[in-house]
Amino acid sequence: MTVVLGISNSDLAAATGSDAALRRFLFGLPGVDQVGAEARAAALATRSIKAATKRDLIDLAIRMIDLTTLEGADTPGKVSALCAKAQHPDPTDHTAPHTAAVCVYGDMVPHAVRALGPDSPISIAAVATAFPSGRASLDVKLLDVHDAVVNGAHEIDMVIDRGAFLSGRYLQVLEEVRAVKEACGTAHLKVILETGELQTYDNVRRASWLAMLGGADFIKTSTGKVQPAATAPVVLVMLEAVRDWFDVTGHHIGMKPAGGLRTAKDAMRMLVLVAETVGEDWLTPDLFRIGASSLLNDLLLQRQRMRDGAYSGPNYVTLD
Amino acid sequence: MARIEYAPAPESRSVVHLRPSYGLFIDGEFVEPTLGEHYTSVNPADETALAEVSEGSAADVDLAVRAARRAFTRWSRMPGAERAKYLYRIARILQERAREFAVLETLDNGKPIKESRDTDIPLAAAWFFHYAGWADKLEYAGLGPDPRPLGVAGQVIPWNFPMLMLAWKVAPALAGGNTVVLKPAQTTPLTALLFAEVCQQADLPAGVVNIVTGHNDTGAAVVAHKGVDKIAFTGSTAVGRRIAEAVAGTHKRVTLELGGKGANIVFADAAIDQAVEGVVHGIYFNQGHVCCAGSRLLVQESIAEEFVARLKRRMGTLRVGDPLDKNTDVGAINSSMQLARISELADSGVAEGATMWQADCALPSRGFWFAPTLFTDVAQSHRIAREEIFGPVLSTLTFRTPSEAIEKANNTQYGLAAGIWTEKGSLILKMANELRAGVVWANTYNKFDPASPFGGYKESGYGREGGRQGLAAYLEGDRA
Repeated sequence: MTVVLGISNSDLAAATGSDAALRRFLFGLPGVDQVGAEARAAALATRSIKAATKRDLIDLAIRMIDLTTLEGADTPGKVSALCAKAQHPDPTDHTAPHTAAVCVYGDMVPHAVRALGPDSPISIAAVATAFPSGRASLDVKLLDVHDAVVNGAHEIDMVIDRGAFLSGRYLQVLEEVRAVKEACGTAHLKVILETGELQTYDNVRRASWLAMLGGADFIKTSTGKVQPAATAPVVLVMLEAVRDWFDVTGHHIGMKPAGGLRTAKDAMRMLVLVAETVGEDWLTPDLFRIGASSLLNDLLLQRQRMRDGAYSGPNYVTLD
Repeated sequence: MARIEYAPAPESRSVVHLRPSYGLFIDGEFVEPTLGEHYTSVNPADETALAEVSEGSAADVDLAVRAARRAFTRWSRMPGAERAKYLYRIARILQERAREFAVLETLDNGKPIKESRDTDIPLAAAWFFHYAGWADKLEYAGLGPDPRPLGVAGQVIPWNFPMLMLAWKVAPALAGGNTVVLKPAQTTPLTALLFAEVCQQADLPAGVVNIVTGHNDTGAAVVAHKGVDKIAFTGSTAVGRRIAEAVAGTHKRVTLELGGKGANIVFADAAIDQAVEGVVHGIYFNQGHVCCAGSRLLVQESIAEEFVARLKRRMGTLRVGDPLDKNTDVGAINSSMQLARISELADSGVAEGATMWQADCALPSRGFWFAPTLFTDVAQSHRIAREEIFGPVLSTLTFRTPSEAIEKANNTQYGLAAGIWTEKGSLILKMANELRAGVVWANTYNKFDPASPFGGYKESGYGREGGRQGLAAYLEGDRA
């Protein structure tokens, strides 16, 4: 399909020319029927996965994790423990893969760099732009980004200005994403929509397109500080936006659900949503990440169970 | 890179304990048919035999009607609250034995276990719960202070939702104080026979429910019997017409719920992803063996090309196969006879110039199967746009304006159901007012609720089932 939703590739540039054009574009996107979207997400949650596939998917899910600590109480010691866990999640089994990244506050980036060492396959993602609220001037946000990048962050997780979005200042949101993208340089940009504050699926779809128009490499559901976060229907709607963007532009945008995913079953359901919505091409850490902390231990417990044939228990995974 | 493979996740058959052979359920007992004839009910997914079932003759129907007549005296005079107790008990037993019923329904019918488990059986129980609540409130049904039951109801039901159609028929009849003689479809008698066991388990007085299995002649005998006061039929328009002729000039009341050629109308401003889902659900649910199926897609011309492309992409992810597998979306066609009819109509579509597209899916080698099929370039004059296919075949037509959509949607001999997909509320109301269809769904499809009446216009039949209206079909109002 070259024309999707009545949009061709050349329309995208025109859409971002003015506030009015952008509004027209976003409101021209098809709506999302809440009942229908929730029903579809619920139906996909009932898929049953083959045991051999499940084993592979558990490892894949571990490789997709952005292992996260975002607390006011974070310290260098906490961050190095997190990094150690990311490198060797299961001390009893070195065949357990490492996670995709660690995700920390900007000032913790140097500690993560030190803990992971040079040439680590694990990326460092830093939240920035006055995370989680995004309530600061653009200059402060950009400085936040700059700081993290200079200190060695490979990925920046920014938040959109939900206040601007909800009051209809879409161009402002877009230009902020663009400015952050520029400040990222070679770092990958994940744009957090904070869907729990956007509330409607129509808003989620519009914000997804806005982020992609602004140059997002990934779109991400939530900060983890607001509930609800990565619900299945929200992820479904965002994956549909990623799929449609690919149909229009030919570009792969990544997707990152974050917040509220705690069990291996949650992770499996996410991967099923990906495969059935946007396709199996997205089943790679380059295009799908899961922002989580406690999820990793449940994946490890399931992994141990499939290896040993019995549940071990919470004392057989590390609490960091 | 990992690829997701869904496990064959078969629901266990072990919950179902089939007897090798079933008698007829008359006067609270299973009895052998007077002529001693049996036939085999097969699993349409692999053509294996499931059980021997009795062929009921006119003599057997006579015994059943007499038993129902005898039971009527006591049942109709029983206080409503007492009848309600039996109906609640039946509803609870259906819930308790839901897995058993779901597996058996899937075995006998070929429908995916996720549908029998999540739709058919829960709804059947819901129907009994709903009408149990009515049994002691008949004077509030709007039929006067003392509505009375009609007597013995002869009920002939189809094979597409065997247990659910049984519930639609039996629950309101019993709530109103009627007794019934039920003739299940010849290819799907087994859940009805299991229901007979439930009646015994619930201590339902003998003769209140009688179940006579068999072929067309058995159904005709039920319709023709002079002791039957009310005929309720769900099935094809052709048979419905014969029934209407058979009862013309008699005292019998009739409700007929017949065929359909539902239009699913998608406007350009629809929530497109959910509309695609809804259209898929509207026609491929239960292999399209649904009288109210959205078998005609009417899509606004400005989005037709893209909508069809999205529909095909979605159809490519439908999982067709073993009905007992919990991952299966589309199951088996119910019989070789039905498969032949679907194939014949699909061939006519190609011959008449429409373009056929089928999802790329491997079909099992045994059993009766038909891949999900989409026709484009369909004209109103084509048979596939006019005749009920009753299979997983969708005919796509386009329209330019709302009035053209209404004209095309209404241009059919049927009038059972329609769907509207738009984000504009006022357009939904306008369309719903002008569509000549008994059920109009907005931004959804194939949703059923016991409180909501269901029935058709035109050749889709007359009378309503469900809700207060469905109850009224089994009661006589106060003429005084």
